[in-house]
Amino acid sequence: MTDSGFPFLSVLTLAPLVGAVVVACIPRSKPKLAKIVALVWSLAVLGLSIAMWVAFQVGGARFQFRESYPWIPTWDARFTLAADGIALVMLLLIAVLVPVVILASWHDVDETQRSASTYFALLLAFEFTMIGVFAAADVFLFYVFFEVMLIPMYFIIGSFGGARRQYAAVKFFLYSLVGGLFMLAAVIGLWVLGGKTFDFAELTRAAADIDTNTARWLFLGFFIAFAIKAPFFPFHTWLPDAGGAAPVGAAALLVGVMDKVGTFGILRYCLPLFPEASRWFAPAALVLAVIGIIYAALLAVGQNDLKRLVSYTSIAHFGFIGMGIFAFTTQAGTGSVLYMVNHGLATGLLFLVVGMFIARRGSAQVSDFGGAGKLLPVLAGIMFFAGLASLALPGTAPFVSEFLVLIGTFTVHPAYAVIATAGIILAAAYVLWMIQRTTQGDLNPALAELPEMRRDITLREKVVVAPLVLLLLLLGFYPKPVTDVINPAVQATMQDVGTTDPAPTAVANGKVAP
Amino acid sequence: MEKLQLPPIDYRALAPMLILFGVACVGVLLEALLPRRARHTVQLSLALLACVAAFIMVIRERGTRTITIGTAVAVDGPTLFLQGAILVLGVVSLLLIGERTVEPGGAFVAEAALTVGSQKDLRQTTGAAGGTEVYPLVLFALGGMLMFVSANDLLTMFVALEVFSLPLYLLCALARRRRLLSQEAALKYFLLGSYASAFFLFGVALLYGYANGVHFNQIHAAIANPARSQVLLYGGLALLAIGLLFKAALAPFHVWTPDVYQGAPTPVTALMAACTKVAAFGALLRVLYVGFEGVRWDFQPILGTIAVLTMLVGAVLAVTQTDIKRLLAYSSIANAGYLLVGVLALNEAGVSSTLFYLVAYGFSVLAAFAIVTLVRDADGEATHLSRWAGLGRRSPLFAGVFTFILLAFAGIPLTSGFTSKFAVFGAAVEGGQTWLVIFGVITSMLIAFPYLRVVVMMWLSEPGDSTPAVSIPGFLTSAALTIGVIATLALGVLPAPLLDLSDKAADFVR
Repeated sequence: MTDSGFPFLSVLTLAPLVGAVVVACIPRSKPKLAKIVALVWSLAVLGLSIAMWVAFQVGGARFQFRESYPWIPTWDARFTLAADGIALVMLLLIAVLVPVVILASWHDVDETQRSASTYFALLLAFEFTMIGVFAAADVFLFYVFFEVMLIPMYFIIGSFGGARRQYAAVKFFLYSLVGGLFMLAAVIGLWVLGGKTFDFAELTRAAADIDTNTARWLFLGFFIAFAIKAPFFPFHTWLPDAGGAAPVGAAALLVGVMDKVGTFGILRYCLPLFPEASRWFAPAALVLAVIGIIYAALLAVGQNDLKRLVSYTSIAHFGFIGMGIFAFTTQAGTGSVLYMVNHGLATGLLFLVVGMFIARRGSAQVSDFGGAGKLLPVLAGIMFFAGLASLALPGTAPFVSEFLVLIGTFTVHPAYAVIATAGIILAAAYVLWMIQRTTQGDLNPALAELPEMRRDITLREKVVVAPLVLLLLLLGFYPKPVTDVINPAVQATMQDVGTTDPAPTAVANGKVAP
Repeated sequence: MEKLQLPPIDYRALAPMLILFGVACVGVLLEALLPRRARHTVQLSLALLACVAAFIMVIRERGTRTITIGTAVAVDGPTLFLQGAILVLGVVSLLLIGERTVEPGGAFVAEAALTVGSQKDLRQTTGAAGGTEVYPLVLFALGGMLMFVSANDLLTMFVALEVFSLPLYLLCALARRRRLLSQEAALKYFLLGSYASAFFLFGVALLYGYANGVHFNQIHAAIANPARSQVLLYGGLALLAIGLLFKAALAPFHVWTPDVYQGAPTPVTALMAACTKVAAFGALLRVLYVGFEGVRWDFQPILGTIAVLTMLVGAVLAVTQTDIKRLLAYSSIANAGYLLVGVLALNEAGVSSTLFYLVAYGFSVLAAFAIVTLVRDADGEATHLSRWAGLGRRSPLFAGVFTFILLAFAGIPLTSGFTSKFAVFGAAVEGGQTWLVIFGVITSMLIAFPYLRVVVMMWLSEPGDSTPAVSIPGFLTSAALTIGVIATLALGVLPAPLLDLSDKAADFVR
């Protein structure tokens, strides 16, 4: 049954799966057909998600588009899908990024012996698991998608990645699986103690009666899984390897969307289910977040591999997101969710542009570039924009979210906010230094000899970057449509945790918690 | 003189066993009567028919809850469920055993006793049709397993143990390739199995002394009476348990498993991994839940330690294996540990989750060994892991199927491996055995690594010159493989029907 007219979420979830099967069935000898079908299919999914965005009632019920079908009655696990504002923006983010990434990966498989239909089918399969994770409103279903999403990404990294792909793929899989199994233990514990149901609402009620100590253990089970996925310091070491080895498009999805499952999970499951444990753990989480901001930024400064560098910057950004969540103010929380969206756009763009450079140079080493801007002025300009967006320059979307996180945190934990501000300075350092070493300065003579380096941005690449650039500018100047959707969901989550904001906030349209 | 009174016998309830034993005897006669050409087809069809007929009887008797033939046999929910499981898995194993197109003449030799390397032996190794006595042997083994899970006293259980073990010892020695390894496996299995049987029998003797009887009822009643000798009780239980733990391949009584799994003909390995496991855990469930329920808190920590040890041994040693059959053997040891976690939940959910796990695991392991029979070169199966490198490039379909099965073993959702692990862990947490679940989760992490290593081998390595091609499977192997894979997927995506069934079947009669 659904309470909206159209079963938006189940169609949205299953459509990419069907698309993946269709694309996988296209024979290997017709790579072009596979690409076109995959692109058209992902655009259809995007269209559907935009329709859902329009149908979403801002200020309406917290969970909308709810659908629930019986699945495993013995365990009371149901196929329940529902979206609150946080899930909605994440769904839209993945729907936007997948067609962009498919277009950006257009020639990635051409030179290898690999089958294009497999690669694009895996991308769609990955979209299926991502949408499932964000749409699930049944704890069991969420866990299923949470684990299954490893498989397409594992094969993307392992089969289509760069030099160290085997090592990176296995490390990625094992890290995530370890986190997943911690969560499995917690899910089982929650199920037994929560009255043998997986229904999110009932579990939230039942979880209140679990004794403090047990609840803290269960919280930790969930938290470790999400912290590894996010990745928070000190669980982050898989990301630079995975991001460095994955093909560029997949890396953009990995860092742009998949990582958000971690922070999304904390917001959706850790905080409402275990409010007391969340408050108990908040100081530690804040410390980890701040360490992550500074430490990953310092490491990013020292990287010579472009893809690894971007991966480290995103670990630093996840520190901000984590800090915003555990500050427990609506302002910081809204900033965090907005940051999840903006980071997906900005880092996705940065990854894709860096990928365009790497494809031309045939190397990801910063030292192999130098003065590339003289040969590729437009592409270098876009990279500069992506870098500025990534370091949260005012006028670009990430600025709004970073600002909200910092002032939201400052009102309750000024010390952390002040230290985190140092991260912004470091961000400027790693971004500007990277751009200077690759695009500015004297022209590296090796570059001038490569014919590819004389080919500035192509039409296809313009189509790839245009939507992301536009969205980053648009949301930088006018974030209201997104914050309007996020804000009520974040407020509800913060009420679940039982914190009250220190002072009335004026975020977005100023709906203030009573 | 008192007139000997025969106990009433419920033949309908015993029909599945009677069918199998009867057809097995007919099969022995047919060996002597039929011409050699006709034997394979007739014996295979007869064996399959017998299993199907027995399975139909199990379904028709599904409501039966009775103790019959004196107190020797109990037919109740777990019995019928386990018998059904053994028969279904037995049919699939028979399909693998009957395959003759993948390897000319089948996986078995006609005469195991020929000196290895002699002219006659070489002739029978390369191409001569294999013996057909395997089919009656398999039927005897399956019949013994049906009896094992329904035995309601320790002597019946001992008889059943021998009835199903002896044919298995023989079957192990019949491999067509690597004859020495096969014979060594059979000898090892036979010797260790005999020791285990001896322990079992000694345990029965002590328990007879304790309870003045061997029926589970008498033991149950005796435990309620604190005046009896605790030494006899615990000594008897310990010795009895050794016999059962051996069959279930639980540490530290698991050492035979890798050698026997490696040496036996692969279809027989599949039969042992799927059906023997069902039988062994079925008996363990009945002994612990019906006979010794009164001392559950005494054996729980000891068996819990064994479960932890088994999971650790299976997971850790699987990491170091370089032979796919040995890897699957250690994986089956680890799975035995998870099954024991379900058994030790000591509640109704424990029974039903164990039943579910046994079926789910049986199908997956049959599919896994079906693939192993297909990856081969001129010398037979290529079981060394290095030979599997790049298989994904050579035969994407089979590498894909095997990957799926490995993901099931690793417990990834949407496979039966996840559902069954969830079921046993859930039952154990409910039964207050959280510590077992924690070890279960830790070892699940460890054992994911060897599975992943095989996946990496198959997909992410370049094929070498020595990478064998995958044989085109014959109809029988295709059927077995398809059944195994579909069951693994179905029990992962839509497990509700079997979960319901196992829930309803979780009632023992006493």
